[in-house]
Amino acid sequence: MINKIVKSATEAISSVFDGATVMISGFGEAGSPVELIHALVDQGAKDLTIVSNNAGSGHVGLAALIENRQVKKIICSFPRTQISVVFPELYQAGEIELELVPQGTLAERIRAAGAGIPAFYTPATVNTPLEEGKEVRVFNGRKFVMEEAIQADFALVKCLSSDKYGNLLYNKTARNFGPIMCMAAKATIVQAKQVVELGSINPELVVTPGIFVDRVIEVTNPADESKLVANNVKYHGIKY
Amino acid sequence: MELNTKNIGWSVPEMAQKVAKDIQDGAYVNLGIGIPEMIADFIPEGREVIYHTENGLLGMGKVAEGGKEDPELVNAGKKYITAIPGAAYFHHADSFAMIRGGHIDICVLGAYQVSEEGDLANWSTGNPNDIPAVGGAMDLVAGVKTIYVITKHLTKTGVSKIVEECTYPLTGKNVVDRVYTNLAILDVKDKKLWVRELAPGVDAEYLKQNTDAKLNWA
Repeated sequence: MINKIVKSATEAISSVFDGATVMISGFGEAGSPVELIHALVDQGAKDLTIVSNNAGSGHVGLAALIENRQVKKIICSFPRTQISVVFPELYQAGEIELELVPQGTLAERIRAAGAGIPAFYTPATVNTPLEEGKEVRVFNGRKFVMEEAIQADFALVKCLSSDKYGNLLYNKTARNFGPIMCMAAKATIVQAKQVVELGSINPELVVTPGIFVDRVIEVTNPADESKLVANNVKYHGIKY
Repeated sequence: MELNTKNIGWSVPEMAQKVAKDIQDGAYVNLGIGIPEMIADFIPEGREVIYHTENGLLGMGKVAEGGKEDPELVNAGKKYITAIPGAAYFHHADSFAMIRGGHIDICVLGAYQVSEEGDLANWSTGNPNDIPAVGGAMDLVAGVKTIYVITKHLTKTGVSKIVEECTYPLTGKNVVDRVYTNLAILDVKDKKLWVRELAPGVDAEYLKQNTDAKLNWA
């Protein structure tokens, strides 16, 4: 019997190991799986490589994970936000590694991994500092830079609804990296605002087919990250 | 150097209006963060333009106000926005396929520097103390069919942003098609800058004095 629904975030996240590569969905707060990230803070796996568009805001979500010194390296396109304090401090102290990737290249490197494509060529970064050290090839008279797929051990993804097969629907621009991260990880862990009956999601409208999903928890009232940040909430995990 | 530019040239909204006039009916357009966002307010009556925001929406509407803000409906600048009837949401790889695949007609961006060959520098000042961040700028300039730049002609300290060669790290090489500044509209053609229009109070000599690049006149 297939049932990907698990009872708690703690259970969903339990297999994350030290040194794992973990993708985290979201574009800023939109689509960021705050409850799953906090469960990972509680769980304590360290030396993680995080793949995410941004590097967290305030002291919650991804920023809390970084502040808890669980992240060795972050692969992202835009580590600055108006209210990012944790990442800049550690980066400037040389305590966290950054691989800066253009946003579209980041998305395609993730998609490629999920689609079994080890590398591809893109026109982005040609003749810029970000092409340094990369193979450049000419196709039809134009230069392209080779970029390699990013495979992850785990993906933490937020969505709107899931059935027990893991078929997913998303909400508006919170979709962003969710569908491609689900494809690119060996184990995909999802938090859904609602778990629905099989058959209640129109098969024509399924965004992420369940084959890309391993575990789902229901988080009916997910935290509003911007409110937590505005109220200067600090998440230190349950062990404190 | 103190420059007397107070009564010379276009205001920022006037610059935005100039760009808006050049956006054709039916165009799919991506507007960069900041001044470019203003352009949407000046699209002439009777033209229908579809706005793409690279975080995953075609058919971006106005900024959300009055309690209608939804943290899961944001634009590339992470502002709360609305979606128009007929809008479509999609994931990031699809969004950048629209960009890289040449499906977006026009992108308007800001700039630190634009060179006479159409090189653009707008993501980093090269300061080693800054946290590097690039976002989608490099994908946009590499993939969108037409790249417009909207920028003040001079920096706050009076230095020309239009240069022979960019000294800041490049976002893309030979990518800019047209530059709208407060002093003039410049076309990049055959790796040269061509003066298309002068702002009120600006003459050829004044523009030349305030531009660190070779200007050509059609």
